Amino acid sequence: MTTAERPARAVVSRSHILELLTQMVRIRRFEEKCAELYTQEKIRGFLHLYIGEEAVATGVMQALTPEDAVVATYREHGHAIARGIPMTKIMAEMYGKQEGCSQGRGGSMHIFDADTRFYGGNAIVGGGLPLAIGLALADKMQKRSRVTACFFGEGAAAEGEFHESLNLASLWKLPVLFVCENNLYAMGTALDRSEAETDIHKKAEGYRIASRAVDGMNVVEVEGAAREAVAAIHETAQPHFLECRTYRFRPHSMFDPQLYRTKEEVEAARGHGPIKRLLDWGSETGFIHPSDLEAIEIAVAQEVDAAVAFAEAGTWEPVKDLIRDVVAAPAEAWR
Amino acid sequence: MALFKMPSLGADMEAGTLVEWLVGEGETVRRGDIIAVVETQKGAIEIEVFKNGTVSQLLLQPGETVPVGTPMAEIDGGAAGEPAPAAPAPERAARLSAKPAEPERPVATAPPPPRAKAGERVPASPAARRLAAEKGVNLAALKGSGPGGAIVSADVLAAEQPAKLGAAPSRRGLDMDEMRKAIAAAMARSKREIPHYYLQHSIDLEAATTWLAEANAERTPPERLLMAALFVKATALALKQYPEFNGHFVDGRMERSESVHLGVAVAIRGGGLIAPAIHDADTLDVGSLMAALKDVTARMRAGRVRSSELTDPTATFSSLGDRGVEGLWGVIYPPQVALVGFGKVLSRPAVINDQVVPRPQVQVSLSGDHRANDGHRGALLLNAIDKLLQSPEAL
Amino acid sequence: MTEITTTYREAVRGAIREAMQKDERVFLMGEDVGRYGGCYAVSMGLLEEFGEDRIRDTPLSESAFTGAGIGAAMGGMRPIVEVMTVNFSLLALDQIMNTAATFRHMSGGQFNVPVVIRMATGAGKQLAAQHSHSLEGWFAHIPGIRVVAPATLEDARGMLWTALEDPDPVLIFENALLYNRQGTLAADAGPVDLDRAAVRREGDQVTLVTYGGSLFKALDAAEALAGDGISAEVIDLRTLRPLDDATIIASVRKTRRAVIVDEGWRSGSLAAEISARIMEQAFWELDAPVCRVCSAEVPIPYPKHLEDAAIPQVPGIVQAARATLGK
Repeated sequence: MTTAERPARAVVSRSHILELLTQMVRIRRFEEKCAELYTQEKIRGFLHLYIGEEAVATGVMQALTPEDAVVATYREHGHAIARGIPMTKIMAEMYGKQEGCSQGRGGSMHIFDADTRFYGGNAIVGGGLPLAIGLALADKMQKRSRVTACFFGEGAAAEGEFHESLNLASLWKLPVLFVCENNLYAMGTALDRSEAETDIHKKAEGYRIASRAVDGMNVVEVEGAAREAVAAIHETAQPHFLECRTYRFRPHSMFDPQLYRTKEEVEAARGHGPIKRLLDWGSETGFIHPSDLEAIEIAVAQEVDAAVAFAEAGTWEPVKDLIRDVVAAPAEAWR
Repeated sequence: MALFKMPSLGADMEAGTLVEWLVGEGETVRRGDIIAVVETQKGAIEIEVFKNGTVSQLLLQPGETVPVGTPMAEIDGGAAGEPAPAAPAPERAARLSAKPAEPERPVATAPPPPRAKAGERVPASPAARRLAAEKGVNLAALKGSGPGGAIVSADVLAAEQPAKLGAAPSRRGLDMDEMRKAIAAAMARSKREIPHYYLQHSIDLEAATTWLAEANAERTPPERLLMAALFVKATALALKQYPEFNGHFVDGRMERSESVHLGVAVAIRGGGLIAPAIHDADTLDVGSLMAALKDVTARMRAGRVRSSELTDPTATFSSLGDRGVEGLWGVIYPPQVALVGFGKVLSRPAVINDQVVPRPQVQVSLSGDHRANDGHRGALLLNAIDKLLQSPEAL
Repeated sequence: MTEITTTYREAVRGAIREAMQKDERVFLMGEDVGRYGGCYAVSMGLLEEFGEDRIRDTPLSESAFTGAGIGAAMGGMRPIVEVMTVNFSLLALDQIMNTAATFRHMSGGQFNVPVVIRMATGAGKQLAAQHSHSLEGWFAHIPGIRVVAPATLEDARGMLWTALEDPDPVLIFENALLYNRQGTLAADAGPVDLDRAAVRREGDQVTLVTYGGSLFKALDAAEALAGDGISAEVIDLRTLRPLDDATIIASVRKTRRAVIVDEGWRSGSLAAEISARIMEQAFWELDAPVCRVCSAEVPIPYPKHLEDAAIPQVPGIVQAARATLGK
């Protein structure tokens, strides 16, 4: 896609707004279904839900092309859905079935998809940043104009990798879009208890990376900022940094009694959630009609049900294939 | 109607304690509503319901701790207000009902056995080699019982024994020296602790011999019955009738046994004596009893004992008839309380209807533990055996 | 065939240069590899030849540049990441273990990581506790990566290309004391295979198993033993993961005795792993317990006599070999 085909601003049209709404609803209902399935022990291990943060993945993905790359964290179901990985394959992966996108080997925290250049699914906080700058380095060295979008939470700002990676990206002028999803809590630790400087995007400025903070609950604003940043990356061949201020409505993971924040705070945030905000704005401006949501919900419910059915019908990988995909050609000595 | 179950909230959550219900019976709930608070090891967590419906019954009380998956409430579904999906719930349940196959359990692979090539040295463990060197045993002449046929210490030890005992194959399972020691200990204890008394009785075996001959006429040699089988059965039945002779005397009191596990004394070549139990001997028909006797005798002589056979006997039967003695006064095997002994079946003169006629007869004796039983009852026991042997067809 | 006299260092440099000439996707990245010419002078002159893009100096950011190498490999390049020494690799351990080693598996085979990471390793220069580690045995514990330890000039020259062609991560450990070592090499020396151990000296009374910097100590020990009438076979593992069981076991079957020389600390060492494998596969053939000559359980000390006592030495190897023979 040329620069001309990549609009640098959010497209504001009824069809596009409905597209944004649909994506967010798809993510929301998928995550809610995952929560339900987890309580029934269909999904095991850790489950980190994206509920409340849908606008960030949805908005940023709009600015990327299929050739671009995405690196995300363990809270990546929304990113995977917005990136275009079929819900069926994601759900099967959550179940651990071999029809899942990682053949069931990864689970909730390790969604990978080569077709959409989706590089996980990384469970070490901050671990994806070096990977992202490496992908960008390869693009630059091979003179390809692709962008690598790297999503991470504000907790990663404390890790050494954050600083090393921002420094390298800036020093080597790598085409990386750093997207910090600041939901104010790194598991149970509030931002102001762990960072001397809580304005995350200012840290990027310390590495001479152009950066901006946006309202992560406003999907139109997020999309606009992402499109501008991507355009700038192509133009200036420099990385960019977006801090998206958001909030997660659910606990860090399923097994979290949320002793670190009040119920009132969560309720207040719910009142300003991304879907509600878009619906309110959409009805005010006339982009969204009263019947639109219902139609979307019906279609989404069917898609989610189909994904669950696909996962339920999925199969377990035979145990005899246990030692597989460790290296390309295992020597006998591996066993 | 759907069951609301204790949800799993984490990989390491096994159970939860209901702290309080936030809804009552009869109330309507919507998907996403918090309906209860559950205490877990991490703290109190609010749990939500995923379906619309009406709470028809609360199954759990606050304070109860239940495992994940336990039903907590019944919810009648189908209430209005849900953005209705096209597929109704029951259909979906049917589609999902087929349970996926369980993942197979991994199978541990055993290490490969050593390859012993012809002409090469014999695989033998370091311990075996050391022993062989000490005892001057030639490893190459041995057959190994270790992994892959390797020679291990036991093989060297077994090869050594012929020089000591003069018996060619090693006897697995029974060590003569140990057995004699055990017998010595048991018999000494028996005489020390058990106040023995002895009764004797003669039994006319006319009916039994006649019946036996008829029964055996119809049987092939392997199936033929011996008199001993009739003796064992009669003894077992009599013991059932007189339970003070059937059981163990332990800690100062008699524990009668419901079952009659009759220990049958078997002599072993080499000087051993062992009395393994025939379980529930009173319930076996004579044919089965005969087979059991043959099996037990053969196994004992081959040294293949089962430990339950040695600990289970509730009384003992001993027959020295084939050794040629007329009677025996046995020593009771503690903790049993009775031993019934049979001598040789002899043709003796008997007085029947004032005539002296030769009749097959056998002497039966009872050794009894006077702490548990007495001569009066013992006499009844022996008479019962007598009576049973007069109707051999009923045994 | 013409032979050249060269050093281990030059052999490694030759390998890097040839790889970069043959394949423009190959580039070298690490601290001081460019302007400085390489901490051990391995990459001296390469910056002038290939330019800054491909001989890329990095800041002191082991985690980020190792991760960047991993990402670049996934993005289609063939990076050689140079971590100055294994002592600093701990800062990059997360990227090596949690990204490089796991990506193929976690993604269900969709992605592979064809990265090569070179590190200097070993003790002996009185560099004290934090600069004297031999952690290759540790890395050999991780499924998902290959670990090699070239000891000879042929391997120093030839393992790199094969490693670059490997679709999965390869860690190359170069013992720092070998860089100056001189020897002859075929002028046209090229790539060598990775997965086989090599019998460097034949013998039939005891097998000495070793790798890397300890190879030459083992060879010296074998020579000393020969003077005593003891015939020792020396096996150079070459690859630490996967281990070439077949070669090791064939030798032990022949000699019935084994001594493993490993510069890692004794407890939980690679030598312990090899000893276990010999026990599992050749138990019935042994005439003596397997012996290990490893580093003492102490952070490597600074003074020479203590450092020497802490790491494997020729007399210790000779003594261990003799002990297996009951001498």
